Amino acid sequence: MAIWVDSSTRVVVQGITGREGTFHAIKCKEYGTSVVAGVTPGKGRIVHEGFPVFNTVLESVRAEGANTSLIFVPPAGAADAVMEAVDAGIRLVVCITEGVPVFDTLRVRTFMKGKSARLIGPNCPGIISPGKAKVGIMPGHIHKEGRVGVISRSGTLTYEAVGQLTSRGIGQSTCIGIGGDPIIGTGFIDALTAFKEDPDTEAVVMIGEIGGSAEEEAADYVKRDFNKPVVGFICGQTAPPGRRMGHAGAIISQGRGTAAEKMQKMQECGIRVIKSPAEIGAAIQEVYSKK
Amino acid sequence: MKIHEYQAKQILKKFGVPVPEGTVVDNPAEAYEVAKRLGSPVVVKAQIHAGGRGKGGGIKVVKTPEEAESVAPRMLGNNLVTPQTGPEGRKVRRLLIEQGLNIEKEYYFGIVIDRSAEKPVLMASKEGGVEIEEVARRNPDAILKEYVDPAVGLLTFQARKLAFGLGLQGPLVGKAAKTFIALYEAFKATDASLAEINPLVVTKEGDVLALDAKMNFDDNALYRHPDLQDMRDFDEEEPLEIQASRFGLNYIKLDGTVGCMVNGAGLAMATMDIIKLSGGSPANFLDVGGGASAEQVRNAFKILVSDKNVKAVLINIFGGIMRCDIVASGVVEAVKEVGVKIPVVVRLEGTNVEQGKEILRTSGLNFQVAEGMADAATKVVAAAS
Repeated sequence: MAIWVDSSTRVVVQGITGREGTFHAIKCKEYGTSVVAGVTPGKGRIVHEGFPVFNTVLESVRAEGANTSLIFVPPAGAADAVMEAVDAGIRLVVCITEGVPVFDTLRVRTFMKGKSARLIGPNCPGIISPGKAKVGIMPGHIHKEGRVGVISRSGTLTYEAVGQLTSRGIGQSTCIGIGGDPIIGTGFIDALTAFKEDPDTEAVVMIGEIGGSAEEEAADYVKRDFNKPVVGFICGQTAPPGRRMGHAGAIISQGRGTAAEKMQKMQECGIRVIKSPAEIGAAIQEVYSKK
Repeated sequence: MKIHEYQAKQILKKFGVPVPEGTVVDNPAEAYEVAKRLGSPVVVKAQIHAGGRGKGGGIKVVKTPEEAESVAPRMLGNNLVTPQTGPEGRKVRRLLIEQGLNIEKEYYFGIVIDRSAEKPVLMASKEGGVEIEEVARRNPDAILKEYVDPAVGLLTFQARKLAFGLGLQGPLVGKAAKTFIALYEAFKATDASLAEINPLVVTKEGDVLALDAKMNFDDNALYRHPDLQDMRDFDEEEPLEIQASRFGLNYIKLDGTVGCMVNGAGLAMATMDIIKLSGGSPANFLDVGGGASAEQVRNAFKILVSDKNVKAVLINIFGGIMRCDIVASGVVEAVKEVGVKIPVVVRLEGTNVEQGKEILRTSGLNFQVAEGMADAATKVVAAAS
């Protein structure tokens, strides 16, 4: 098993005729994911790189049975694309787009209240269940099927963690990049809750960063409710306050959201916190050797 | 993006938040003219992108136009040091000359987006003029909060609740509530990430006004606000950062000696962290992006080495979409073109890593190739010291 994406996943790529959309639709398909359709308004009825293209998400759901959406729509239209997918009955929406205004994401979150669809992102690398399905932009070949779950606010730092695991022969159940924006669809606690229920996930790597208090809230959840070992790392230990470190959400504002605060809280809650990003693989190996 | 106080007040005024009468000037003669028009007393306020100006001598109350004229040159052109500027301070280029008020009482009022609640939150406190962070530390219960449903907007009863909570009475309640609603309208319409009035004052005449104002905006939303883009003050930014932003690079200058070039914001921060853990200090944060081209790498390299404090460079790339061979070619070209004299440590991982390493090895240039982040950090810190 794995969480949220597996062999039943049928992907529609929104913005498939763009450069990024085309490239990654092909990469996901090459990995073995069922990419069943694309959507670009106004370009319906064409076939693009072998993918049938529709004008609306609803048409792709009806004609091809799409149940998961992967979004590459530019920032100004990204929020609308997410809401269209949700409205069409898509169960998992993965929004890769970087640069979505916060107020747009707030509208999306309000729109999604009471609906069962899940949003991952925006501003994220997506989600992969190695050996089953890849719905995102991560390099598939660095992953290996296995039993460690990975949750991260970052993109390439997630690859770094995965690379360290795979090179030690440790595989992953599902890896999720939840995104670097201040407001996101799926948080650490959502992913941890799903990993808790997943019998094939035995341990979790959690990679946070400065800004906000999502890591602290997740640490409380781990202490209260999570029964599997967690290894945690926080990047931005050396970041200056008040500056946005690339990600819109990575900012120490008003003295809150520092790495030190987060690391201390995670440690107190029973998470094995490591200081160096080079130790992620070793820490998980240690957890395993103790079992 | 940050703006100056006088710009924030222009925006607030447009949305119906009462602000003191005033004009921004950049020379003493104008300061005299404005002060004369406003009458006595007036306040001379240095305009820089940092708080704590009063403590640094950047705010002066004067009684006559002559005094305004003589105070102005002591501020203009000089560096103002406040608790938020760092020891070198910020150069003052403009002054806001404003009418003085008969202040009865000061309050705090601000709006930010609460990330956990996923809603804008209004905050108010009776401790005006004090930084809200300090109040939050000392006495968190003294901060009144109202969360706004983004679909519905701020409701009148919520604004009234805050006004009553601050202990206001009579006509002041309505005036304050109207001000709160106007500030929320400004916050939403401009895609702000912070709107703060500190202090919000009640005058002896029974008026409610924003004595100071601060606004920050969501960079992601600037594309739909050309009027706000025009308010960007390049003088307040680091020249290298401006240059980097023209190339679409995320660069933040720091004060260490190890220059770093990394793909991805998270990995870039983690690289800074491991440099520090290895005993060095990062000279910058630099994210070349997930799918950067050889040209981007070249541009990034030029910016890195134009920081004179940089003694060695660490390039840490985890190739996913970005192929290591492309990065390696970009680095080789850049080093040849720029004529780099300082040591360069390169760590490549991911897609096409072997081809990338081969390009570095056969380039005829003196790269140190590292295996893994720990090795890379150790090597670059040794090279920089």
